[in-house]
Amino acid sequence: MIKEKEIKKLEEKCLKFRRDVIDVLHEKKTGHPGGSLSVCEILTTLLFHQMKNLNPANPLHPDRDRLILSKGHAAPMLYRGLAELGYFPVEEMHTLRDFGSRLQGHPCMLDTPGVDMTSGPLGIGLSASIGIALAFRLDGRKGHVYTVLGDGELNEGTIWEAAMSAAKFKIDNITAIVDWNRVQLDGTTDDIMPMGNIADKFKAFGWNVLECDGHCVKNLCDCYDKALAIKGVPTVILAHTIKGKGVSVMEGKSAWHGKPIDEDTFALAMEELGGR
Amino acid sequence: MAKSIRDAYGEALVEFGKNDTRVVVLDADVSSSTKSGLFYKTCPERFFNCGIAESNMAGIAAGFAATGKIPFVNTFAVFITSNGLNAIRTFGSYSELPVKIAGAYGGISDSFDGSTHHSLEDIAIMRALPNFKVFCPCDETQTRWLVKHAIDNPDPMYLRLARNEFPDVYKRGQSFEEGRAMIVREGKDATVIACGLMVSNALKAAEILERKNISIRVVDIFSIKPIDENMIEKCARETGAVITAEEHNIYGGLGSAVAEVLAKKGIGTKFTMVGVNDRHVGSGPYDTLQAYAGIDAYGVVNAVCKLVECN
Repeated sequence: MIKEKEIKKLEEKCLKFRRDVIDVLHEKKTGHPGGSLSVCEILTTLLFHQMKNLNPANPLHPDRDRLILSKGHAAPMLYRGLAELGYFPVEEMHTLRDFGSRLQGHPCMLDTPGVDMTSGPLGIGLSASIGIALAFRLDGRKGHVYTVLGDGELNEGTIWEAAMSAAKFKIDNITAIVDWNRVQLDGTTDDIMPMGNIADKFKAFGWNVLECDGHCVKNLCDCYDKALAIKGVPTVILAHTIKGKGVSVMEGKSAWHGKPIDEDTFALAMEELGGR
Repeated sequence: MAKSIRDAYGEALVEFGKNDTRVVVLDADVSSSTKSGLFYKTCPERFFNCGIAESNMAGIAAGFAATGKIPFVNTFAVFITSNGLNAIRTFGSYSELPVKIAGAYGGISDSFDGSTHHSLEDIAIMRALPNFKVFCPCDETQTRWLVKHAIDNPDPMYLRLARNEFPDVYKRGQSFEEGRAMIVREGKDATVIACGLMVSNALKAAEILERKNISIRVVDIFSIKPIDENMIEKCARETGAVITAEEHNIYGGLGSAVAEVLAKKGIGTKFTMVGVNDRHVGSGPYDTLQAYAGIDAYGVVNAVCKLVECN
C-alpha cells in the first residue's frame, strides 16, 4: 500500500512534469499536449513507484520491468519522467523534436536511454509487450511489462489480436493500462469510433479488468498491486482520465491533441499549473 | 531427389535452432504449410502459434527480439509483407531488432490458390525497408545455409522462400557469403542474373541456348540486399548483355536492383528483365503459370534472344 507521504510527492512531481511539458511544447511549437497531460499520473506512478530494477546507470538491465508507451505520441511526458530518473539531463527536454536530438517525435529505443520499445504507429505496442513477456517466461525472469495504451488506439485491430493472444498464452506478467480520455485526434471517441463497453470487450477476450481514476495516484497504485496478484490471465486497468488534464481550456478538447500552444493558452496554463 | 524449399527450411530450423535457446519460431496458423511445424514437434516450448493474425505475430516477434531472442516469423510471403508490415517497419527496420521474416510460398509457388496467395511484390516491399537484408535461396543447400546465417547474424532479415521442390544447384555443404553472388554456369554471350526458382530455369535456358550456339553465364544472386555490385559490373563488362530473372513483378524486385547498380556505375549494357509483367496470373499448375507469365526456361530464352542474335 502506498503511503500518504509518497502520494503527496508523486502529486508534486505530476504538477511539475505537466508544467515542464507544456513549457517545452510551447517553446517547440510542435508535439502533443492533450495526451501527454492525460497520461501524466499513469507514467509517473509507474516510473517512480511501481517499476522494479530501473537503473539509469545500466538502462538495459535484463531484469528490469519494461514500460511500453504504445500511445507513443505522449512521448514528452515519458521523456520528462525518464529525465527526472536520470536517464538523461532534464535540460535535454529543450531539444525535443530537434534535428539530431535523442528525443525524437515519438519514442525510439535506439536513440533514447530508458525507452524500452519504439512506438508511435498505434496498435502494435501490446503485441511487442507479449513477446517480451513470453521471453521473460522462457528465461525464467521476474520482470513485469507495463503497457500504456490510448483509448483511440483501441480502434486498431491489432490490439484485439494481441488481446486474444495474451489470453491464449496465459500471460500474467503484463499489466496494460488504457489512458481512457475519451478524445481522439478528430473528435470524441464516441463520435469518431464508438468502442462501446471497453470493459466487457476485454473481459470477452479473456482479460481481468480493473477500473480507476487515472488521475488519482493512490487509485492507480492500488490497481497495480491488484493486477500483480492475479495469476494466469492478463490484466488491463481502464484508467479514466481527462485529455488535457490540468489546463482548463485544453480539457476534453480534441483540438489540443497536437496543436502548437499559443501565448494566451501558455500564460493561462502556467497560471493554472502554478508556474507563475 | 531434390527437397522442397519449405522442407529444407523447416528442417534447418530444427537443425540449427533446437539447441540454441535464443531461437523462437512463430507461425500464423499455417505451420504445416510453412513447415515451421517441424520446429514445434522438436521444441514445442519455443514455438508460438499466433493464430491468423499476422500483424500481432510480427509485433510479438519484435518483443522477443528486444529481449535477446532470435524470432523466425512464418506465414505466406504475401500476408506477412502486407498485414505484418507496420510492426516489421517500426521494430525491424527502424529499431533494428533482429527479426527474421520468412515469407513462405513466395512468387507464384502457391499456384493453385491463385492470385490472392501469390507474392509478386514482397521483394520490392522488403528491399525498400532501411536496414533490412533480403535473401531468396535457389535450392535446399542454400536454404539451409540461409537459416544458419540468419541465426548467426544480428540484422533484420527477409527470407523469401518457396513451396515447391527446386532442382539442386549446389553440392551439399557448399558455403555462401552474404552480398556475394555465385556464378553457377560460365558463358560469354550474355549473363542471366537470377534468384530463387529462376536460377534453375535460367540453367535450363542455358542448355537450350547452347544448342543454338549461344553461351550464357548464369549468376545466382540469392543476396538481393546487400547486392553484389562488383559481380553485376563484371558480368555486364565481360558478356555485354544482362538479363535479370525473378519470380516477382518486374517492378521493384531483382531486375530493378540490378538496373540501379548498372545505372549508378554508368554501364550502358544491353539489358532486359524476366519477371511477371505487372499483372496477376490466376490459379493453375505451377509450370503452366510459369509458362503463362513468361518466367519458365523458354521465357528466359526469349529474353536472351531479344538481346543476343539467336538462330
